[in-house]
Formats: sequence, structure tokens, C-alpha cells
Amino acid sequence: MSRETQQAGPRVLSRAEAEALAKKVLGFATATETRVIINTGERGNTRFAVNQISTGGDNSNTTINVRSVVGKQVGSASSNRLDDAGLKAVVENAERLAKLSPEDPELMPELGPQQYQPGTSWSDSTARLDPTTRAAAVAKVTDPARAAGLVSTGYLETRAGATAIANSKGLFAYDRSTDVALTTTVRTQDGMGSGWAGSASNAWSDIDPAALGARAIDKAKRSVGAVAVEPGRYTVILEPTAVGNLVQLIAGSLNARNADEGRSFFTKPGGGTKLGEKVVDERVTIVSDPFDAETLAQPFTFEGLPTRRVVWIENGVVKNLNYDRYWAQKQGKEPTGSGGGFKMSGGTETLESLIAGCQRGLLVTRFWYIRGVDPRTILFTGLTRDGTFLVENGKITRAVRNLRFNESPIFMLNNVEAMGRPVRVSSSESGNAGSNVVVPPIRCRDFNFTSLSEAV
Amino acid sequence: MSHSRREFLRTTSAATAAGLTLAATGQNAWAERAGGLLSPTFQGDAATGELLMRALEAAKSAGAQYADARFSHNRTQNIFTRERRVGNLANNETMGVGVRVLVNGAWGFAATSELTTDAVARVARQAAAQAKASRTPGHRPVVLAPAPGNQKGTWKAAARVDPFTIPIEEKVALLLATNEIALKNPRARFVNSSMFFLKDEKTYANTEGTLVSQTIIRSQPSVTVTAVSEDRRDFQSRQSTDIQPMGRGYEHVTDNDLQGNVARWAEEAVQKLSAKPVEVGRYDLVLHPTHLWLTIHESVAHPTELDRAMGYEANYAGTSFIFPPNERLGTMKYGSELMNIRADRSAPGSLSAAGWDDDGVVPEDFDIVTKGVFVDYQTTREQALWLEDYYKKAGKPVRSHGCSYAQSWADVQFQRMPNVNLLPGEQDIGWDEIIAATDNGIAIIGDASFSIDQQRFNAQFGGQLFYEIKGGKITGMLKDVAYQMRTPDFWAALDMLGGQRSYELGGAFGDGKGQPSQSNSVSHGCVPTRHRQINVINTGRQA
Repeated sequence: MSRETQQAGPRVLSRAEAEALAKKVLGFATATETRVIINTGERGNTRFAVNQISTGGDNSNTTINVRSVVGKQVGSASSNRLDDAGLKAVVENAERLAKLSPEDPELMPELGPQQYQPGTSWSDSTARLDPTTRAAAVAKVTDPARAAGLVSTGYLETRAGATAIANSKGLFAYDRSTDVALTTTVRTQDGMGSGWAGSASNAWSDIDPAALGARAIDKAKRSVGAVAVEPGRYTVILEPTAVGNLVQLIAGSLNARNADEGRSFFTKPGGGTKLGEKVVDERVTIVSDPFDAETLAQPFTFEGLPTRRVVWIENGVVKNLNYDRYWAQKQGKEPTGSGGGFKMSGGTETLESLIAGCQRGLLVTRFWYIRGVDPRTILFTGLTRDGTFLVENGKITRAVRNLRFNESPIFMLNNVEAMGRPVRVSSSESGNAGSNVVVPPIRCRDFNFTSLSEAV
Repeated sequence: MSHSRREFLRTTSAATAAGLTLAATGQNAWAERAGGLLSPTFQGDAATGELLMRALEAAKSAGAQYADARFSHNRTQNIFTRERRVGNLANNETMGVGVRVLVNGAWGFAATSELTTDAVARVARQAAAQAKASRTPGHRPVVLAPAPGNQKGTWKAAARVDPFTIPIEEKVALLLATNEIALKNPRARFVNSSMFFLKDEKTYANTEGTLVSQTIIRSQPSVTVTAVSEDRRDFQSRQSTDIQPMGRGYEHVTDNDLQGNVARWAEEAVQKLSAKPVEVGRYDLVLHPTHLWLTIHESVAHPTELDRAMGYEANYAGTSFIFPPNERLGTMKYGSELMNIRADRSAPGSLSAAGWDDDGVVPEDFDIVTKGVFVDYQTTREQALWLEDYYKKAGKPVRSHGCSYAQSWADVQFQRMPNVNLLPGEQDIGWDEIIAATDNGIAIIGDASFSIDQQRFNAQFGGQLFYEIKGGKITGMLKDVAYQMRTPDFWAALDMLGGQRSYELGGAFGDGKGQPSQSNSVSHGCVPTRHRQINVINTGRQA
């Protein structure tokens, strides 16, 4: 492998290297069918706290995952040992497990060779980021924060990697991609104010650290002196990150089998599913598209199925649920081939006009510690965080204390008043790179806040 | 229900004790310590030790004043079944070396899966370069608290049976037989069952002469039964939270009798369909250890992490309401006088048990709350000196408590919670006695939904099973229950707790913190408690 000598740039197997490695693994196989998945690449991160870099990390790894089918028995094994003995061992391990497993009544045969649209989610600007350039980017947040007498903490993460899939029927797929995310929380010295800003993309060139830092600094300053408001139903203006935090939760409930089996929000009372039913406001359309420039993702699933654009909700009506290959065959449907990205339609408003059009409501920057409460309604709980404000007569009048909600994105999207232009957000609470979520800011009524929090 | 629970508890604690005795007599060089078995000599792989030495030399040559290197060979096994089918059967392994360096007071860390002297030397240099790049003008240097160097030894978890030695067929057969029993209940439509096992063989070395190896073992068998109403307007699940994840071997599976319990779990899932929706209001809550461990985890273990209090986790996990440290230590009222919180990494079978932490420090048991008063934070070597003034004033040594941990070879270590436990009360009472003493309350068993704010004030918890208590008796099952609390009020409302015989370990594999988010495994020992007049909401809504 040429990686030993390679010093500059990310240590990612090329298509040719991945294909050679996959062929070698398949050469050791004796099973009826074998699939190999290779994940290879580098991750780098820089953390900062109290206005200076606290820790960092860079690592490189290549993992081989082998799925063996012996007759109708299936077993899997993975390893990151890449010498011949290691590769042989991981194949033997998967085959041994397969032989000890009962026959799988839901077994689907491996796919033959497929045609894939090329993935385009690799960016050299991300792949080239090293600790020095990361440190320079971080300084664009920490220096102004320090100058303003504030305390910045945050995280910059990059990933440059590739996935390859090959099987014993001649299928081969390869895609390389990059992801990057920068998030910061700026607090006042006394801990009484806190503002967050974040951004995520495939391309580092899309991210403007100085502007992001300035947003968080501004929010931190404006968030001091927060007053308590009574918990209850409020009109809310949700910034795009807050919308993404909640709307992405719908993705977890789109499984067709669960809906057919009666254990999903998308189950229709009395029988069947909600396919074809209107479940949210007619202005709402939600799409996954791995080839949309804003939600670029891998052009194949881990079974090697080509991914495609899937419309989940169109004008408020459920258009698709997610069918895996087995359940699709059983139900006489096409497998969905859904992969990556979640994009919601918007409107023509701006965040400013959403605020201007609000008589009395709360402006929310982001949500935190979002956990499922009731899968029957996709009901979640969580709290506002790092920038929550009272809006009165079309203006932000003051900061308010944080609040806990118990609410469903479904109810929320039934109460939409107005929406702005969709943008890509850093929608993961942890700030990890890799979530491709594009959503608008929205204003909606009757958002259910159930208690107050003193947390800043 | 309480009968079988008591039986289950007896079996569990007896087995833990037996496991230790058996293992301890097996090999002469080993002694029981730190919840496992300890040998004072390094019995790890010599070649691995050599590889780490090369990494440390390269780090020093590249300018490191301090460095440590960690090798890990981590093996996991996942078995997942649903109804009559095996859904997943997978053995996974990963190995590599991570090198951490301190150059002029700034950290650097790099890791590789390539186990060659060239590769580990390269990442050592990479870590040093990163540290230099990270040190900007005016940088406040990292200073490590003194710790004994030249640690040599080997530690093994208190596991009686290595789960990786048990044939896979036996495990699969047990899960499928368990599912079959659940499916005998005609209204229990779906059942998932699984086993997860981990064996992590770690070797750690640092530039202060320490070289130690450890074997960590973790096991969790688990079952979820789902019942669906006939009109398909409701579905309810029961998870087997009676069986918590443990740092034990395959005996954790065999001792816990999935087949003997699953019919009850299935029946409880069915009962939840017709349970009475809770009326909102204030109730006295009686909390079972299988539920309470998670409330302790969120409202006591996390806010007493010193890095959070100092702002280091502000961008994700959050800060802490226990701030600033010098105004809270030794004086802040955390809860009622019945509340005593002690941390350890030494309880046999606990998930956090270890002979050394990832700073090479021998962890110590330490008090966090004494008679309701907050007295200490969790620390690493980097953090202990931050509390130097308090420790000196309080007559305590300035040393790390041994709370450094990294989830894998590829991740940098930082402060992670040890086992954080609620100590038993003095009265010899348990679950049944607390219920008998309660007039108008709700008993909650098992953990479910959980959420808490970023400073750990406001929390909301659900559960697996909820029972109405009237006049000292359980009068029926409730559903759609969640309680909302403010941490100091909730712990001030603690007015009864169980004695030693009702002490159990709960815990989780997925304690998340840090960026990138790392997963820690931790146990929380506790007893059943009662908390007066806690706010209960109804979470049921119509879709």
C-alpha cells in the first residue's frame, strides 16, 4: 500500500487502492455470497475553550466490514487490520458466524453491478485543513471574543474519507467525501449571557469563521439580563438551526415496516399507513436528495443500491415511506434507496420579517438535549439554549430565560404561520460534521413550553 | 413483581461475590483490587510495550515535555434478533495507537491504526506539531498535578466468564427461546432481543515511567416487547431495564434469566395499553434504582465534572450550575441531609472500574456530596491543581481523582465521570417499605426518556412502568407519566431512602460528552428513594 510513504494530504484510499483491497478480501472468501465495505480516511479536530485551543486530534483509519452469506445464513465481521493475515481473519470470522447462525427468512440476494451517478461531496478546501489552518480559523473567533471581554468555546471538525462497496457478484461502488463543521458558544464572564452560532458543509470554503464568531458574540451580549416568562403555548420564531433540530426527527419515523406493523406515527388508525394523507401544513415539502448541491451525499446505500431523490412529504401529504429491499419485495413496492440529506421547503420571508410580523412571541436560536417522549406522535422534549428572546410588536425586546418544550415536529408543522429561505445548518447537538440538513426559519403558533429553566 | 425482583437481586449480588472469589483463587500473582484483579507486574504484550516506547521517544525528540501513548485492541460482539429471526450477528474489532503530547503547556494528539514503529513515531511528531500550532500568544499553560510515576502492572475486570469464549449458537438459541416465550402472549406483537459484549485490551505508557495493561469487559443482554392495540391507535413497549449493563462477563447473561422474566415484560407491555393516563399534578415519587440511576447520572454526576464547571464543555455538553467552584465547594446545599454521593472506579462489576485511568493514575474513591453538602468535583491530572486552594484549606491532598478516559485509541482522553453513587441510608428499609409509607404517590420503575438543560437545573424523566400509590398500596398502573424537576429542589425533597440491602447498580454504555462526542460507560449505584411533591406532567397527545 502506498499509504506508508504518503506524508502530505489526507490518508484516504483512492478508488484503485480500494478496489484492489476489496478484490483481495473477496479472494479469501469461500461463502455463497460476500460483501465488503471499506471505510477509509482521516478526521481532524480542534477544540477551544476559554478563548484558547484546549485539545485537538488527528487520526487515520481504514476499516473492512465483511458480510458473508452461506446458503441462507448470514454473519458479519469488521476489522482494521489490513495485512493479509488480518484480512483473511476477518473473512473467516464472518463466515464462521454465518455458519453458526440460523437461516435468515428475510435474506435478500446481493445485487449485481449497478450504475451510479458520481458523488461530488469532496472538497479540497476541507481535505487540506491541517492543525495550523484550523488554529488560524479558531483565532477568528477567539480573538474578537477576548477583545470583547467574552469567553468563547467551540469546535472545528473535519473529515476526509471514502467508502467502497464490493461484492462477489461483481458490484463495485466508491465515493469519497468531505465534511466540516464549526460551532461556537460565546459566554459572558459572569456566565449570565450565552450565544451560539454554527455552520456545516462539505466544503470549508463555505464557512466564514469570523462572521460566525461575530453572530455568537452579538447573541451573547444581547442575551444578558434574561427575564422569566410563564411556560405555556407561544408563537415562536425558530431560527433555521432550531427548525433543523426538530424537523430532522421526522426522518427517524419514516420506516415503512414500522408503519405497516402498527408502531409508528405513520400508522393509520384502523389499518394501513398514512401514505397519501395530509399530515402537515400544505406549504411543507420535505425531500432527501444526495445530488442536491446543498445536501450532497453518498450515491449508494450500504447494500450498493443507487440512492436517488426521495420526496417524503409534498405539500403536506405523505408521499413515501422508507422501504428496505426485503420489506419492499414483501409489500410489492420498490426499495426506496434513500440516502442522506433532509431538505425542507421554505417561503419568501427573512428572519427579520418573521420577527417584524410577530405581535408577541419567542425567538429561539437552538434546542438542546432533545429526546423522544412518545413515538406515537413523534413527541420530543428538550430545551431552548444560547439565545432566547422575547418579541413584542414586531421587535426583539429582551432576552428571556430558557424553556423546556414537549412538542412534535408534526404539530409544529401544522401550525406554521410563515417561513423564510432554507439554509444548511449544523443540526447535530454535538457539533459533529456530517448532517446534511437544509431548513428555513419559521414562525409558528402554539408551541408547547412546559417549564422554565434557570440555565444560561 | 417485587418477589421476582428480589430474587433477581439476590442472584445478582451473590453471583458477583462468587465471581470474585473464584477468579481470585485462579492465579497466584493476582489480588482483588479496584473492582477487578491486579498484578503488580506488566503482563501485557511486550512488543506492544516496545511500540509505545518508540512513540514516547519520538514525542520527546519532537519537543514534548510530557507524553503518553495508548494502544487498544477493542473487540465487540452484537447479536440482534426480532421475533423468530436473527437480524444481525457481528464481531467487530479495532486496534490502534494514540499519542498525546504536552509541548510548552499545549496539548497535541494524533492516532493511527498502523502498528509499525514508523507509523507511531510519525503520529507522535504529528501530535507535537499540532501542539505547537495550537499554542497561540498568551496561552495559559496546561500544568499536570503530580502523580506517582513508574506504575507497572496489569488489571483485569472481575468477569468470571469471558463472553467471547461462549459459542455463538448458545447465545442465539437463548435469545430466540426468549422471544418465543414473549410471543406466547397473543397481544405482545413484537419482540426484539439482543446481546452486546465488549473486551478492550489496553496498554498505556507515559514519559514518567508508567507501563500498564488492562482488560475491560462489558456485557448487556436486553429485550424489548411491543404491544399494539387492536384498533391500532396505541402501541406500548417494555424494555428489560431490570437488567442493567455491567462490567461483567457472560455470567451477567446466565445469572439474569431472560427466559424467566420475559413473560412478565410482555404482560407489562400489554398492561400499559390499558393503563390509566396520569392526571397532572404534584405527587410523592417513589423511584426504583433501575430508574433513579439515570436521574443521578444527569443531575449529580454531570454537574460535578470540573471541566464543565470551568466552561470547557460550554459548546456541547454544557456548563454547570455548581459555579464558581471556590464559592460552592464545602458550602453549597445540594439536597437533604439524607443525600450522600460517593464516586468510585472500584466497585466489582461496575462499568467504570479500572486499575488506572487514561492519565496513568490509580483512581480513588471520593465523596462528592456529604450529608447534602457539595464537597468535591471529578478531576484529572490537568484539573486537580485548579482546586489547589480548596484542597489545601480542607486538608485534602492535591491529586487527580483518576477520572481520565478516552473511548478508543483514536480519541484523546479527557475528564469522564467515574461511577457516581447514592449511598444507602441507615434504616434497613427497601422498595416495599417506602411504598407502604406513601399516601399519594407514583412509583416509577426503569429508565426511559431523559432530558436536562446545559447547566443541569431543569430535567424531565419518563420511565418504563408507573404505578399509582394510594394509602401505602399500589392501586393500579398509569401511563404517559413524566416528571419535571429542578435539581436542588428535587434532591432537597428527598425524605426516604433504602438501606444497604436495597442497593443496586444501574448504568449505561452511552454517556456522551466532548467534541467529538465520546461515549463513556458508567454505573451508578443507588437505593430506592422518595421525593416529596414533584411536578408530574401527562405526555400523551392526539396525533
